[in-house]
Amino acid sequence: MPFMARITPLEWPVLRQLRSRDSTGRGAAVTSKKTRATKPRTDDADKVVQSICPYCAVGCGQKVYAKDDRVIHIEGDPDSPISRGRLCPKGAASEQLVNSAGRQTKILYRAPHSREWEALDKDRALDMIADRFLEARRRYWQDEDEHGNPLNRTLGVASLGGATIDNEENYLIKKLFTAAGAVQIENQARI
Amino acid sequence: MVSLTEDPRRSSEAHGHRAQARKSFFTDTSICIGCKACEVACKEWNRNPQDGDLELLESSYDNTGALGANTWRHVAFVEQDQERIETARESGRQLVDLGMPSVGPPPSSSANGNGTDTKLPDTNEFRWLMSSDVCKHCTHAGCLDVCPTGALYRTEFGTVKVQEDICNGCGTCVGGCPFGVIERRDEGIIRAKTERNQSKYAQEIPNEGTANKCTFCHDRLVDGQTPACAQTCPTTSIKFGEHTDMVSQARERVAQLHQQGMTEARLYGANPNDGVGGTGSVFLLLDEPEVYGLPPDPRVPTKDLPRMYKQTAMAAVGMLAAVGASFVLGGRR
Amino acid sequence: MAECHPVGFQWVTEAKKRGARIIHVDPRFTRTSAVADKHIALRAGSDIVLLGALVNYVLSNDLYFKEYVRHYTNAATIVSEDYRDAEDLDGLFSGYNPEDASYDPTSWSYHSRSGQEKVEEPGTEAEGEYAEPEEYGAGGPSLKHADLAHDDTLEDPNCVFQLLKRHYARYTPEMVEEACGISAEDFAYLAESMTQNSGRDRTTAFCYAVGWTQHAQGAQFIRTAAILQLLLGNMGRPGGGIIALRGHATIQGCTDIPTLFNLLPGYLPMPEAGEHNTLQDYTGAIGSRLQKGFWANADAYTVSLLKAWFGDAAQEDNDYAFGYLPRLTGAHGTYQTLERMLRDEVDGYFLVGQNPAVGSANGKMQRLAMSHLKWLVVRDFSLIESATWWKDGPEIESGELRTEDIETEVFFMPAANHTEKAGSFTQTQRLVQWRHQAVNPPDDAQSELEFFHELGKRIRARLADSDDPRDRPLQALTWDYPTDEHGEPDAEAVLKEINGSYVSGPDQGKPLSAFTQMRADGSTAGGCWIYTGIFADGVNQAARRKPGQEQDETAAEWAWAWPANRRILYNRASADPEGKPWSDRKKYIWWDEKEERWIGKDVPDFPVKLAPGTKSDPEAGGPEALAGDDPFIMQADGKGWLFAPSGMVDGPMPTHYEPPESPIDNPLYGQQSNPARIVFPREDNFLAPSSNQPGSDVYPYIFTTYRLTEHHTAGGMSRFLPYLSELQPEMFCEVSPEFAELVGLENYGWATIISPRSAIEAKVLVTDRVRPLTVGGRRIHQVGLPYHWGTGTDAVVEGDAANDLLGITLDPNVQIQGSKAAQCAVEPGRRPHGKQLLELVEQYRRRAGITVETGNRRLTVPYGESEANTEEEG
Repeated sequence: MPFMARITPLEWPVLRQLRSRDSTGRGAAVTSKKTRATKPRTDDADKVVQSICPYCAVGCGQKVYAKDDRVIHIEGDPDSPISRGRLCPKGAASEQLVNSAGRQTKILYRAPHSREWEALDKDRALDMIADRFLEARRRYWQDEDEHGNPLNRTLGVASLGGATIDNEENYLIKKLFTAAGAVQIENQARI
Repeated sequence: MVSLTEDPRRSSEAHGHRAQARKSFFTDTSICIGCKACEVACKEWNRNPQDGDLELLESSYDNTGALGANTWRHVAFVEQDQERIETARESGRQLVDLGMPSVGPPPSSSANGNGTDTKLPDTNEFRWLMSSDVCKHCTHAGCLDVCPTGALYRTEFGTVKVQEDICNGCGTCVGGCPFGVIERRDEGIIRAKTERNQSKYAQEIPNEGTANKCTFCHDRLVDGQTPACAQTCPTTSIKFGEHTDMVSQARERVAQLHQQGMTEARLYGANPNDGVGGTGSVFLLLDEPEVYGLPPDPRVPTKDLPRMYKQTAMAAVGMLAAVGASFVLGGRR
Repeated sequence: MAECHPVGFQWVTEAKKRGARIIHVDPRFTRTSAVADKHIALRAGSDIVLLGALVNYVLSNDLYFKEYVRHYTNAATIVSEDYRDAEDLDGLFSGYNPEDASYDPTSWSYHSRSGQEKVEEPGTEAEGEYAEPEEYGAGGPSLKHADLAHDDTLEDPNCVFQLLKRHYARYTPEMVEEACGISAEDFAYLAESMTQNSGRDRTTAFCYAVGWTQHAQGAQFIRTAAILQLLLGNMGRPGGGIIALRGHATIQGCTDIPTLFNLLPGYLPMPEAGEHNTLQDYTGAIGSRLQKGFWANADAYTVSLLKAWFGDAAQEDNDYAFGYLPRLTGAHGTYQTLERMLRDEVDGYFLVGQNPAVGSANGKMQRLAMSHLKWLVVRDFSLIESATWWKDGPEIESGELRTEDIETEVFFMPAANHTEKAGSFTQTQRLVQWRHQAVNPPDDAQSELEFFHELGKRIRARLADSDDPRDRPLQALTWDYPTDEHGEPDAEAVLKEINGSYVSGPDQGKPLSAFTQMRADGSTAGGCWIYTGIFADGVNQAARRKPGQEQDETAAEWAWAWPANRRILYNRASADPEGKPWSDRKKYIWWDEKEERWIGKDVPDFPVKLAPGTKSDPEAGGPEALAGDDPFIMQADGKGWLFAPSGMVDGPMPTHYEPPESPIDNPLYGQQSNPARIVFPREDNFLAPSSNQPGSDVYPYIFTTYRLTEHHTAGGMSRFLPYLSELQPEMFCEVSPEFAELVGLENYGWATIISPRSAIEAKVLVTDRVRPLTVGGRRIHQVGLPYHWGTGTDAVVEGDAANDLLGITLDPNVQIQGSKAAQCAVEPGRRPHGKQLLELVEQYRRRAGITVETGNRRLTVPYGESEANTEEEG
């Protein structure tokens, strides 16, 4: 038995049973070294930050525990006057949102007519998207309407999304797209 | 003389300076919203594998079924019609009339002063009960009593825990639990495991081959934290604290509900004279325990051991006497 | 609320323990109903009948909050004599134009005090101008001035109070029983509970979610609740209000700082071609200088925004670069864009944490539209169905699409999640909360901040040498954000820009601390005026985390709420006209005689020195024109609007119409459905004939879609997580035992649900939680469908998507689709696959005789006749 090997004679349960007055040998006497060294697994965290749950708009506080640049645990933040440390099943599952095997962390590209994904380098992907953005923008550019009123816009590019990202991110999207003349910018609030 | 069953207080106290007042859950199902946050928070903290076969279980919104090696909190969903509600209300009322100690004081006749609406809640046509079940951390714990390796032990918080580094997976405890809570974590239990092994979602299975159940988040308690399920519970349906507090809160709550006319409310596990000596997880239920999948009269299998030993001993003494007598008698021959 | 916002529901649980009565009105019995005092089931889409009947109950029993209504609402204001009500015109209001199915709201205007002049929105005097919703921000409807005619006795037949009374007179408990399927007894319980719990000492709150908004007249559902809450005095007071429970972490933030076609930050409208050619045209249309309240300063907010975006390129002599902004020509919403995609008029599409293949109405149209794109960028955590439709979508299986034929290039760009970037979410009560970064994103994953910053840099680099005036806005754009060693821009730097700062003068470079510091002369910059103050004193106020247990119930030092860290809007209304709290129990903001200022538990939502007795100065305009009893400081007359003289495009008062697909006739009017709704008469968007048309019995049941606690919207953040997937693994429908018997469905067996758009299969939950209703003398069955599942191969669990069943018809005010009440047929068993599936759907359509016109004829009362009625009654 593996555990036997780790026990020194003085730690024999029988001896501990006698020493500890654990007469039935159901308490302290039978605890293993591992049990006696029990501590929360979050003790290993090298970083704990205050965050907010990414699911619904209640805005529950979260404490995110990280170790070696990996999230190891997420739980409710008791300091939050909104949620008082509580999380629903989605919020309680958000560690899995970070670490789920279902997460795709590499860029994928599907070429026209292709049946499969292929890998693509980030720099190249961004260049390709920037080129296509400008081409579509040009192709559908409208300077003015039929009455000669200025339009200054393109209808060649559209975007959908914003309710699950940050205010700062929405700000940049709206700012960039508007300056580029793109107006078809929408998000979940319309849906 | 060495007792044959465990004395939980002595076991806890044996932890010396680490020993604390017994900790318990009080699960008030009257405010449970069935969100299952407790199930998820428990799994996440304890890194328990997803174990359902990903099909509807044909049990209302419950798709994890029961407590087991991988699911240490489980929410039951029970849909009931008017007739059943009336039966529950009546059976709860009778418990009071019988003065059952698990029910608490009968409703006081004086009106409550906090402006609470004492009108009967008008949910009579139909109701949907939800209740989060968990290991009972019994006062007399069958699993612990029968464990041959010392893997199961009484912690310094008075809770019952498996030491997975000691457990050899013999499974004796499984039969020892009157609630069917503890279970061996192995392939047969983690349904559709082979199927999942081929999927990208295949999970690492910790502590495979050992007995598993709720640890009462022992690894959080040692740090003064609240167990994961109780901490996450949005409505405080799951409460955590010292056993005596939990039991008295439970009694107060049941009295309050009776006062509001909800005589179906009753306690489960709060009676120290029941077959397991009361539990470390006390429940307020709104119907008979069976309705929620709980045994109505759980008995620790080792409860009868002292009596059995005594009888055996008496029989042995009797036999000795008989033998002696036979000698005497024989001598007289 | 317990179902979709469990943690928010803790406060309801607590209120209930303290004696609050919780009533849950919903077609289905949910986990909320399970713990409520009472569940009242209603027919999906009949809400205005119920709410209107509550309004009628309050008015006809004289139960309204007299002092509140008289002082704080527009009850006494006189409306133009030209106004005709829907009660007079069989469901139409005056001003309807059948040509383009829209209203000219001129006849809904207020009368001015000085003469017979009508007080319209500025810029719409010309004949033939119609209400155009996309022009309005939240402050939206403006008035030329606030010198209005009143009758404080509320007896003038043309005052708002009397109009309201007449309009809702037929919304009776009997009508509720007939239209909603709610018994008179249940209605009485609801009405009594509300009125007994409203007044000086008590308040009632409404909580709602998309069950109210996703209708062809969703905005009017909310308006009806607003009328009721104003009548009961439940606005601007603690424990009152109409609380939107929104479903995404920053769905509030993404309308404040909008990624929406019709808005600029802070609810400033996007400029409209022809109407807003100059900055002056534009700001004048948002808020007249002579109207009351803070929208009169729209020029300061606009110029500050332009300064934030275009920096030194925005100068007085070029209208502060106002001309750089693109112009709208009508609606460019997500569904209009969909049509353009299908016409091959959109090349590129960015999906940012959004899964329209599963989550948007008419899923097939969504997926087919994407197959018309030249390129698609999907930014998400997992390979959601909107990223993989080209290889495993339902149309590949049905043969409608062939992977090899699809030209669309797809870029899947992995996104960083909430732990992997810093930034702010605005939750449902306008509270902006900062998140700190815990770890770096793995592999190629990056934040939207980094992606769009990088994309912008590359686009700008390519145009750096251009002399094309079209590229000038991009060249002038302020786009230099500091980045860390991984290329991640500093989110706080962006937040500072949103907050705003002085660009000249003695405080140059210093952050603004309040939007009242913004100027229209180019001396201030700020990206979103309502967020000004979030970086006051150079401190990220959204990151404040003083523990709740160390604060009072307002918790003002936890994060930051817009505007001005105010937790309850319009809180001047929490005090009586003299400035005293309505009661000690509901004390919140009050006038301190000694200090001569408003004080209390929150930041007063009122000019802090404006004494309660102050009379309005009609000459002044803006905040200075507010009277001491004008709590609704964003309204052009300072009052809560029981009647909306402008701003709503489908009527000044909510009126009941049947959903576009409804198995019953409108019990109130000849006009069946909202006559101003936006329709999409197309062969990929067929509608079922409703009750008054032949063929409606082919789709005799109502289906409604909804969410479950265990999942999140289209499943992108839940179906890829094992812990959530196991809790609700399969698509199901919920039906009553009576319905199961009727159709032959077995509990936990399969059902096929068929609409004119598609057919899906679902496991069957036969449950008493769904009850048939008797409506209009008929037994009406409702089928409940959660919409979280979709067909792909990458999620832990998959299933048919409920949204595939939905057609597209939009609310004309906000362009949202109706998802909550539509018609279907149901068969036992699983659905066919491949071509047979299409044939099944087609077969039903043939039987019902559906054409593209079906359900899309908006006017269903004889127009000439209703005009004749006007003459008679006028």
